[in-house]
Amino acid sequence: MANYTLNINGKSREVDVDPSTPMLWVLRDHVKLVGTKYGCGIAQCGACTVHLDDTAVRSCQIPVSAVGDKKITTIEGLSENGDHPVQQAWLEIDVPQCGYCQAGQIMSASALLKRNPSPTDSEIDTAMDGNICRCGTYTRIKKAIKTAAGNLS
Amino acid sequence: MTLIKTHIGRRAFIRNTSLAGGGLVLGFSFLNSCKQGQAETMAVRDMPKEWFEINGYLKIGENGLVTIMSPNPEIGQNVKTSMPMIVADELEVDWNDVIVEQAPLNTNLYSWQVAGGSRSISSSWQNLRMAGATARHMLKEAAAKAWQVPVDEIEAKSGVLSHEASGKSAGYGEMASAASLEEVPEEVELKDRSEFSIIGSSRKNVDGKKIVTGQPLFGIDVQREGMLIATLAHPPAFGMQLKSLDAEAAKKMPGIRDVFAIKLFDDDFKRSAFHHTAFNSVVAVVGESTWEVMQAKKALNIEWEKAPSTSVEMSMFGNDMKVNYPAGLESTASHRQQMEELNSKKGRVVRKDGKPEAAFKNAAKIIERSYTCPFLAHNTMEPMNFFAHVTEDHAELLGPTQTPEWMEPAIAELLGLPLENIDINMTRQGGGFGRRLYGHFMIEAAAISQKAKAPVKLVYSREDDMSQGTYRPAYYATYRAALDADNNLTALHVKTGGIPESPLFANRFPAGALDNYLAEDWTIESNITTGAFRAPRSNFIAGAEQSFLDEVAEAAGKDPIEFRLELLKKAQEDPVGENNDYDPARYAGVLELVREKSNWNTSRDMHRGVSAYFCHNSYVAQVLDIAMENDKPVVQKVTTAIDCGIVVNPDAAKNLAEGGVVDGIGHAMYSAITFKDGAPEQTNFDKYRLIRHSEAPREIETYFVDNGIDPTGLGEPPFPPVMGALANALYKATGRRHYHQPFITDKPPIVG
Repeated sequence: MANYTLNINGKSREVDVDPSTPMLWVLRDHVKLVGTKYGCGIAQCGACTVHLDDTAVRSCQIPVSAVGDKKITTIEGLSENGDHPVQQAWLEIDVPQCGYCQAGQIMSASALLKRNPSPTDSEIDTAMDGNICRCGTYTRIKKAIKTAAGNLS
Repeated sequence: MTLIKTHIGRRAFIRNTSLAGGGLVLGFSFLNSCKQGQAETMAVRDMPKEWFEINGYLKIGENGLVTIMSPNPEIGQNVKTSMPMIVADELEVDWNDVIVEQAPLNTNLYSWQVAGGSRSISSSWQNLRMAGATARHMLKEAAAKAWQVPVDEIEAKSGVLSHEASGKSAGYGEMASAASLEEVPEEVELKDRSEFSIIGSSRKNVDGKKIVTGQPLFGIDVQREGMLIATLAHPPAFGMQLKSLDAEAAKKMPGIRDVFAIKLFDDDFKRSAFHHTAFNSVVAVVGESTWEVMQAKKALNIEWEKAPSTSVEMSMFGNDMKVNYPAGLESTASHRQQMEELNSKKGRVVRKDGKPEAAFKNAAKIIERSYTCPFLAHNTMEPMNFFAHVTEDHAELLGPTQTPEWMEPAIAELLGLPLENIDINMTRQGGGFGRRLYGHFMIEAAAISQKAKAPVKLVYSREDDMSQGTYRPAYYATYRAALDADNNLTALHVKTGGIPESPLFANRFPAGALDNYLAEDWTIESNITTGAFRAPRSNFIAGAEQSFLDEVAEAAGKDPIEFRLELLKKAQEDPVGENNDYDPARYAGVLELVREKSNWNTSRDMHRGVSAYFCHNSYVAQVLDIAMENDKPVVQKVTTAIDCGIVVNPDAAKNLAEGGVVDGIGHAMYSAITFKDGAPEQTNFDKYRLIRHSEAPREIETYFVDNGIDPTGLGEPPFPPVMGALANALYKATGRRHYHQPFITDKPPIVG
């Protein structure tokens, strides 16, 4: 076990965990931020996507010991009042069915729009292909990303 | 207006007698995790100081806010929004004044608290309307008494009671206390369909804000003081069982509290098919955090052994049956061999019309094609999990289940507790698709909590989830068509079976449309467990049948929609047999609607396939368009026409239908579970392929038939037919027909 001071959603959080513990479980079990979801544990489904600085990463693959002083942003910290343009677009299009994968989808989408504010369909596909939605809301997700992009510009 | 008897009346609408005098209802919120988010969404309006319970479905605050209980499990099919919409419409309340809460399991108050068979809306349609209408009536009665005017002169609209003649009016909140003391009426008037103001107009998902902000909603999110985490180790293959456990190394690992084996059922326990699991004895690892128990599981030293054949007495919807699980380690190769062998023999004749043998003997041409599909894992994105807190005389369970009521007796039996000492609450559920009908994980969580003497959340890893069983069965079907010299279809023969069940629906279309028809089936026993998977059996046979009809239409030189419509005309005007279980007019209706909306007769730009199917009392037709891009077939658009009667929440219904389309294309195209030596060869998404963003249709359009019929199923019906539309469009695009799912591995492989 070891002590780590992490920057999560702009706040400093201390945890005492085994260095190999993936950020996913640090967030869910230790920091009690459960918006970041477990889906596969091997970076194949995208449910655990968070931002490390501004990049979308699979938190199930990042041991707590590798985070250092990088800023971690989770779905809970994407915006203060839940009104990030991507979140608003998700509500406007009423994207979710079961909703389980949507935090990961939103984190991937918001990272995409940050580096590419007006992505093409194929750029959206490339950025989002790592996020599985078992309910099949893909067409709505694409529409919501375009809506958010439109609102950003 | 329709006058109906409140047949669920007094017993169902249990009045809270402690409220005499209009007291405060306490402890009405069942999920602590919901409170915070709820307060946020209600920020514009203060929460009431008092709640008055009118009946088991709703309570009204003194300020006019209404809480509506949503009785059924929410697995992504939108019932947590659409069921309360029905209550709210009959109550006549502004939807903005409604708070929705998930109801706990309560067999006294609610019926069919099941997410299965696409029946949530259809089976509760009357009860939900009755709940709202009864409350509206009681509010009117209260106002009539307060104002000393006849009750039938009072109008209730948008949460306001008014009496035109006297000019009096009051909000629901002002009358709620008095209304809660009114007698439940013997009968109530339901609104006419033309008066609906909420039903039929789209409302956003009530959990939308919580979902997009990552609030705790799901079973896997449950946190409790002192809660431990558990994970399970089950045998690595079907046909294996636990022999011995050495947990010494695992117990010494950090954060580990205990490791032990649990047994779910004694041999003599009469279980239902929904209780059954392939692995009756499993090893539980209990500890302080998920990562720690997952790591400790790797350190377990377990000896597994080959299991003997077993025969289990089960009950299924009141019918007793004996299910045999043979010994041995099965493989996909041997399954295929067994299926081909059985399908080459005479099957069990389920339906025979006319003289099919003679028709085939006299045929100018016979078309024969065989279709197969593999086992599938449901793969809900939220893996199986459940919270249980078992004490000496009480058990609390909380989590994702599609069948809380059906699981309760098994939990009671296991724990040795009476049913009334068991409370089951439901969270929002990260997908269902039939997987959570089978609640062995609830029994496991209860067993672990009882033994660990602590509140426990059991969490399956993806690998545990995908290798546990409860799969969609593997199926095989051979269709034969007899054509005369003019290429008219004169007979149809279907022979089909599967492991361990047959997918045959002998009385569905095209039965009834053919003078000569023969349907046979067969089954093969297996120790690999299977379960209902979105539109069970239909999810294979629809695609096979609709692909075959496409080939027959082509051989007959007919347009595939026209060909189907001719058969349906025959089924309507001169039906063969008496047990046909579909309505040919509604069937034809969706085909005609999809023909119109897809511009079938005029659009020539795309490679197009059509398909139509009836299941769960609903009718769906789809046209799927493919364009070749860089020699790859790409699904451009799917147009869907649905007849499911009245649509409660149209945009959410479209969402569900879009999901069915993506789900159907994905599973037909990409997914499979295969076996070697009894073990599944795919245990995570690196090898089990699910459809992804870039593979989804570019566009999906959904249209509903507006016929005013009471609602029928919607969650499942859009899923099965699209597989046929896909195969038929692929043929147009590539010149090759596909008979074996997943099409991506169909030899020779297609590009895509």
